Amino acid sequence: MAKQEPITAGAADLLAEALRWRDEGHSVAVATVVSTWGSSPRPVGSQLIVDDQLRLQGSVSGGCIEGAVVHEAQAIMAGAPGKLLEFGVSDEQAWEVGLACGGTIRVFVEAVE
Amino acid sequence: MKRALLEALQAARRAKRPAALVTDLRDGQQALIVDSDRQGDLALDAGLFAAVEAAIQADRSGPLAEDDGIFVHVFNPPLRLITVGAVHISQALVPMAQLAGYEVLMVDPRKAWANTERFPDVTLVEGWPDEALRSLQPDHRTAVVVLTHDPKLDDPALTVALRSPAFYIGALGSRKTHGKRLDRLRGEGLEEAALARIHGPIGLAIGAKSPAEIAIAILAQMTQVLHGASPLVKARPPGQRQGQGAEAAQ
Repeated sequence: MAKQEPITAGAADLLAEALRWRDEGHSVAVATVVSTWGSSPRPVGSQLIVDDQLRLQGSVSGGCIEGAVVHEAQAIMAGAPGKLLEFGVSDEQAWEVGLACGGTIRVFVEAVE
Repeated sequence: MKRALLEALQAARRAKRPAALVTDLRDGQQALIVDSDRQGDLALDAGLFAAVEAAIQADRSGPLAEDDGIFVHVFNPPLRLITVGAVHISQALVPMAQLAGYEVLMVDPRKAWANTERFPDVTLVEGWPDEALRSLQPDHRTAVVVLTHDPKLDDPALTVALRSPAFYIGALGSRKTHGKRLDRLRGEGLEEAALARIHGPIGLAIGAKSPAEIAIAILAQMTQVLHGASPLVKARPPGQRQGQGAEAAQ
C-alpha cells in the first residue's frame, strides 16, 4: 500500500517534480483522483506523475490501476486531449485492472503543456 | 495543464497562500484561484466561484455539488501547530506532528529549552508567549498546545489563543491544575464559552504515561477535532477510570 500522505500538505511536491521533468525536455502527464465512492485506497486530490521514459512518482491507488492510468497517459503525452477515467467494480475493466477492494474512483489525466 | 498556470500555483504554495486549481473535466480547461483572483482559460460564473471559495475555506477537494463536471483541487498551506513549551513531550510531539503534515512553530523564551540542539528541525519563535502568538496569528487551520506547566508562560499563550479561531487549543496539567488555570483566566476576563474550548487535561484518554505516549494522545485528539470525529467510547484500558486523559502523567 502506498504511503498515505496528509490531506493538506507535507507530502513530496509532485507538481514541482513534474515541472523539473518538463524542464529536462520530457513529456509529462499528471493523473489526479477527482472523486471516489466506497473504499478507495487514495483520497481525492492524490496524484501520479509520469513522463515519456515511464518514470513514476506518487500514486492514485494502492497500485491496482496505475498500469491502466499510465497506458492512457502515454497517449495523452503524445498529443491526445486530457481524459477522465473511471474504475469501479461495476465496470468490467475493474476486474482487469484489479480494483477488487470494492471502490470506484475517477481519475483525470492531463499533459503538462 | 498550462505551464504558466502550474507555475503560478507553485508560487502561491511557496508563499503559503490558499489556492485552488479548478478543472472542467469535460474539456480540460482550467482556472487557478488565489486570494479571490482567477486566472486561466476556464470562466466561472458567480455561483461556481463562490462554491470554489467555499471549498478552499473547508479545505475540501472534489467535484462541485453545483456541477460535478467541475473538479476543485484545493492546495492549502500546511496545518500549523504552535507548541508553547520546549519540553520533553514536545521533543516527541514535534516530529510526530511533522509526519502528520503540520508546520510546527515552537514558542518558549527559555533558551536553555528552546534551542536548535534540542529542536533541530523546527521554527523557534522569539518572544514571550502572548506576543509570539499574536505575531503568528492562529487561524482556523492552527492548533495551539500549551505544555510549559508554568502559569507565567502558559496563561499569556492561552489568553491570546482563546481570542483566536484556532481549531484546537490544549493545555497540559491535571484536573486540579486545570481548575486553578481556569480560575486565573476568568480573572483575565475570559468568558466560560472561551474557557470551554481548552482541552484540559490534554489528550485522548488512552492511558498515556511517557512523553511519547502523551504526544500520541495529543496528536490523536487534534486529529479527532480537526475531522469532527466523535469521541472515543470504547477500548478503555483495563483498570482505567472513565474520562481519564493523559492526566495521570501530567
